[in-house]
Amino acid sequence: MPHDWLWETVRLLLYLVGLIGFAAFNAAYLSLLERKEPAWFQLRRGPTEAGPLGLLQPVADGIKLLGKQLLVQGGADVLLFKIAPVAVVIPSIMCLVLIPFSETMGARDISLGLLAVYSFAAINVLATMLGGWASHNKYSSIAAARVVAQNIAYEIPLLLVIIALVMVTHTFDLREIVAQQAGGFWNWNVLRFGASPLMPLAFLIYFICMLAEANRAPFDMVEAESELIAGAFTEYSGMGFGLFFIAEYVNVVVGSSIGAVLFLGGWHCPFGLLPGLHWFLIKLYLLCFAVIWVRWTFPRTQIYGLLNLSWKVLIPLALAHLIVTAVTVKLV
Amino acid sequence: MKSDLRSYLKEIIGGSISLLTGMWITLRQSFRKPVTVSYPYRTLKLPERFRGHIELKADEQGWAKCVVCMACQKACPSFCIKVNGYKPAGMPRKVATIYILDFTTCSLCGLCVESCRFDALMFSREYNLASFRKEDYVMDMLERLRRRRICRP
Ligand code: SF4
Ligand code: SF4
Repeated sequence: MPHDWLWETVRLLLYLVGLIGFAAFNAAYLSLLERKEPAWFQLRRGPTEAGPLGLLQPVADGIKLLGKQLLVQGGADVLLFKIAPVAVVIPSIMCLVLIPFSETMGARDISLGLLAVYSFAAINVLATMLGGWASHNKYSSIAAARVVAQNIAYEIPLLLVIIALVMVTHTFDLREIVAQQAGGFWNWNVLRFGASPLMPLAFLIYFICMLAEANRAPFDMVEAESELIAGAFTEYSGMGFGLFFIAEYVNVVVGSSIGAVLFLGGWHCPFGLLPGLHWFLIKLYLLCFAVIWVRWTFPRTQIYGLLNLSWKVLIPLALAHLIVTAVTVKLV
Repeated sequence: MKSDLRSYLKEIIGGSISLLTGMWITLRQSFRKPVTVSYPYRTLKLPERFRGHIELKADEQGWAKCVVCMACQKACPSFCIKVNGYKPAGMPRKVATIYILDFTTCSLCGLCVESCRFDALMFSREYNLASFRKEDYVMDMLERLRRRRICRP
C-alpha cells in the first residue's frame, strides 16, 4: 500500500505537534501549580490577579519571558551557550514520544522503549552541563560539575531498580509492561510481591531518583539559588531561561509518566474498570503533585548529603532489591 | 559490625519517618483557610495605637491649635519639621502660617508629639503613602488640616 507510509508520517507529525503542545501546556500549568501548591501549604493564596483564580498567570509569565532580550555575556562560548537550552528541551519531548498514554494512544512504540527513554534523559544532563560550562561564570561552572556528579550518582540506583523490574517483566516495551499490569491495583508492579517483597521500596527509590534526575528540590543542586544564584542558568535571560524552565517541568512529566507506566499500571483502572487515558492522566498528575509537594516540604540538601544518600543508602537498597528479585524470579 | 548495621538501618528508618511526618504536616496545612488578606480589596483594622506620620489638631473654631512655640521643631532629632507663624491682632496666641513635615527623613519617633505641651499634634492613621515622587513626602500640615476640615461632614 503506497499510502501507508504517508499516513504514518502524517500521524507522527500530528502526534509531534500534539506532544509539543502537551509539553508546553504542562510546563505552563505545572508552574502555576508550583506556585499554588506552596500557597496552600503556607496558608497563602498564590497568584490570584491574572485571570480568574490566577489561571492566566502562566500566559503573563510567558509573555514576560518572550519580551526579554537574549543576552550573551562576554567570554561565553556563544555556540554552545545557544545550543544548550534547545538541547535540553528536545530530549525531554522525545521521551514523551515513547510513552504509551492509553491502549490506543502513543506516538511510537519501540521494543526498547524503556532503554530509549533513559538514553534521551542522559542527553539532558549533557545539555545542562554544556549550558553551565559555556556561560563562563564560576557559579555556572560549579553547577555544571554538580549536575554530572548528581546525575551519575542517581542514575545508578535508578537503573538498578529498572533492571530488577525488567527481570520481572521480561520486556523493555513500555506498552507491554503496562499490559501485564491489567486487572486491578493488586496486579500493579508496585504491589507485585510475588516478584519481590521489596517492590514498594523500589517504587520509592524510583521516585527519589526521579526527583534527583529532574533536578527537583530537595535535590536541585544545579539551581541552588541560595548558593549559586541560579546555577547553570545564571547567565540565561528571556526565553533561553524559559526553555530550561520548560525542560524542568517536561522532565517531571516524563518521570511521572514513566513512574505511572512502570509501577502504577499506566492506563489501567485500580479496580479493573474502564481503562483509558483518564487513569493515566490521574496517576501522572498525582505524581506531579507529589513532586511539588516534596519540593515545598523539605529544604534543599547539601551536595554531600545528596551524594551520601545515593551511594550509602539508595544504591545498597537497590542492590538488595535486585538480589531479592533475582532470587525470587529464579525460584518461582 | 552488627551494631553498625543496626544504627545504619535505624537512621534510614528514622529519617524516613521524619520525612513522612513533614509531608503529612504540609498536606494537613493545605486544607486550612488561607490567612492572607487580599490587601487592596480588603484591609485589616488598624490597631488602636497605630502611629503614622504627625498631623495637626484643630480647635473648636477650626484653627490649628499650634501656638508656634517651636518645641517640636527643636525636639525633632531628624530636623524634619519647619514651623513659622505670627500673632494676629485680637488673638491671644500666635498662629501657624507654615508647618512643613519632611517625611523623607522622619523616623516616626514621636518625640514631636510628646514635646508639644499644647496638645496640637497627633499621629495620623494614614499608611497608603506610596508615591513615585519625592516631593509628595514634603507635606504641608496646614494644607492637610484645611482639607480635612473641608472633608468633614
Ligand atoms: S516623629 Fe520624630 S522624626 Fe518625625 S517629625 Fe516627629 S520628632 Fe521628627
Ligand atoms: S510643639 Fe506643638 S504648639 Fe509648639 S510648635 Fe510644635 S505643634 Fe505647635
